Amino acid sequence: MTEAAATDAVSASRQLKLLRRLDIAAFALTVVGLLAALVWAFPLYAAILGTVALPSGSGGKIDIGAGLARYAHVLFHTDIGLWYINSIVTSTAVTVGVLFISATCGYAISQLDFRGRKLLWGLILASFMVPIQALIINHFFLMNAMHLLNTWLGVILPQLIAPVAVIVYKRFFDSVPKELRDAALLDGAGHWALLWGVFLPMNWGATAALAIVVFIGAWNAFLWPFLAVTTEPLMNITVGMSQARDALGGGELAAAMLTGLPMAVVYLIFQRRVTEAIVISVGIKG
Amino acid sequence: MHKRPRDNIAALLLTAPFLAVYGLLFLYPTLQLVFVSFTDAQLTAPGAFVGLQNYARLFHDFRFTTSVVNSLYFVLMTAIPSTLLGLAFALITVRLKGFLQPLVLALFFLPYVLPVTTVGYIWSWLLDYPNGLLQGPIALFIGHRMHVLSTVSWILPTVAVVTVWWTTGFNILLFLAGLRAISPELMEAARIDGASRWVAFRVITWPLIWPVTALVLTIQLIIQVKLFDLLYLYVGGGEVNATLVLLQYIYDLGFTRDQAGYAAAVAVAMFVIVACMSVVQFTALRARSRA
Repeated sequence: MTEAAATDAVSASRQLKLLRRLDIAAFALTVVGLLAALVWAFPLYAAILGTVALPSGSGGKIDIGAGLARYAHVLFHTDIGLWYINSIVTSTAVTVGVLFISATCGYAISQLDFRGRKLLWGLILASFMVPIQALIINHFFLMNAMHLLNTWLGVILPQLIAPVAVIVYKRFFDSVPKELRDAALLDGAGHWALLWGVFLPMNWGATAALAIVVFIGAWNAFLWPFLAVTTEPLMNITVGMSQARDALGGGELAAAMLTGLPMAVVYLIFQRRVTEAIVISVGIKG
Repeated sequence: MHKRPRDNIAALLLTAPFLAVYGLLFLYPTLQLVFVSFTDAQLTAPGAFVGLQNYARLFHDFRFTTSVVNSLYFVLMTAIPSTLLGLAFALITVRLKGFLQPLVLALFFLPYVLPVTTVGYIWSWLLDYPNGLLQGPIALFIGHRMHVLSTVSWILPTVAVVTVWWTTGFNILLFLAGLRAISPELMEAARIDGASRWVAFRVITWPLIWPVTALVLTIQLIIQVKLFDLLYLYVGGGEVNATLVLLQYIYDLGFTRDQAGYAAAVAVAMFVIVACMSVVQFTALRARSRA
């Protein structure tokens, strides 16, 4: 009896020791994690500070006045206002366009029985393999023939190719209960009304996720907007800031901040949604 | 299953926007790409049929060989480190509690949402010769300061480092999604049974996480073989042969040298490389959904 109690006490104290050691290990890992994250983000806050520090070589003293002057130079000596507008318009249009063609097509493939359904689905899956960037020459031919170079539409159209959005919509629509659809159809609702009244509202999360991913992608797109536009006032912000380097007057870093700020803000506001969205769009969840 | 009347008309209307966009901007350009690769077309003028001449030229074009080798070199330098770092950071992040987890995740992930221009300018400032903030650490490692973005043999490795910094956040997310699917009870039970951290990782975590690893790695292969933007910001459109990569070569041939036909042949070659990688990725995705 006493012997058993003694063994219990020993094993309990051993467990306690083990737990304490575990906690130290866990604490160490937490610290390592925090440090790693702080080091990883170092270029970001170094750069933010850099925009208000004197040029490297002068000891990196902070000079808010000179920093603001550099921001002001970028703001007033470039077409930054127009570039923002071009970016907002084209990215929004790409987002709306991709969501529209993908939701309608995803609904048809998920809910309708029609000739060529399998073929269409196979085509969408196969189109994953084509690197869109390899089509730049042909997109240029096409936009040139349609006289759309140096226009918003010319920037937007080739970016509408996003097969993954159809796949995500189909997968979400597949999980809507069949009874719901059949009941609505019996009541005389058409597929169009069903899509807008039932399927899209029920899968609001998928739409939000796709919208965020597509918008960020379109805002950050470089290669095609760079090829499609050659006149400065029509450029997107990412292209404009890289092409008008001479006008920046040494304010490259301030320009970098102004270019990246909108996406950083979008991410920080919608942090949870963005992370979910990216996971969904890769096909790990959903 | 009961026989329903087919919904051909509704389906045609609903798929019409998609079909129009994909027909015009995807299928037609893809078929045209193959067709143009058999001609000597220019960017703004159609060319004559030249048979397999463009493809024959690929085999003794040292710029093409260089661009393939450099692309694969770059893929190796980015895909593997960013996958390993992504896994390591995800393992660290997943254990954090409370406000720490979103905070640490945000610090890791923020670079990924930034446009290439922002990333490019930040790092050219950090690496600025001779006084950039990173010149100190560089001097520590190689003994002297170095203008890394104008030293040919250093350009691709430098762009690789910047790319790993830029894109690892994406991998962390995918790994986190995989790790969160592992039941904490299972993990706890193993630890109470006396399994060490390492054993628990090997027996529980790794078997569940390796399919994600394979998926992340193959996604990375495909993304990184399409390198253009960042390299373009640093060295321009392919004037420097030593750092030429595939997409840059296509751009250079098509838009600078006005040899769209030959550029199309290079694009077809790139297409074949990416398609092979996609098959591997598809296999990884299937392996994961079976796991």
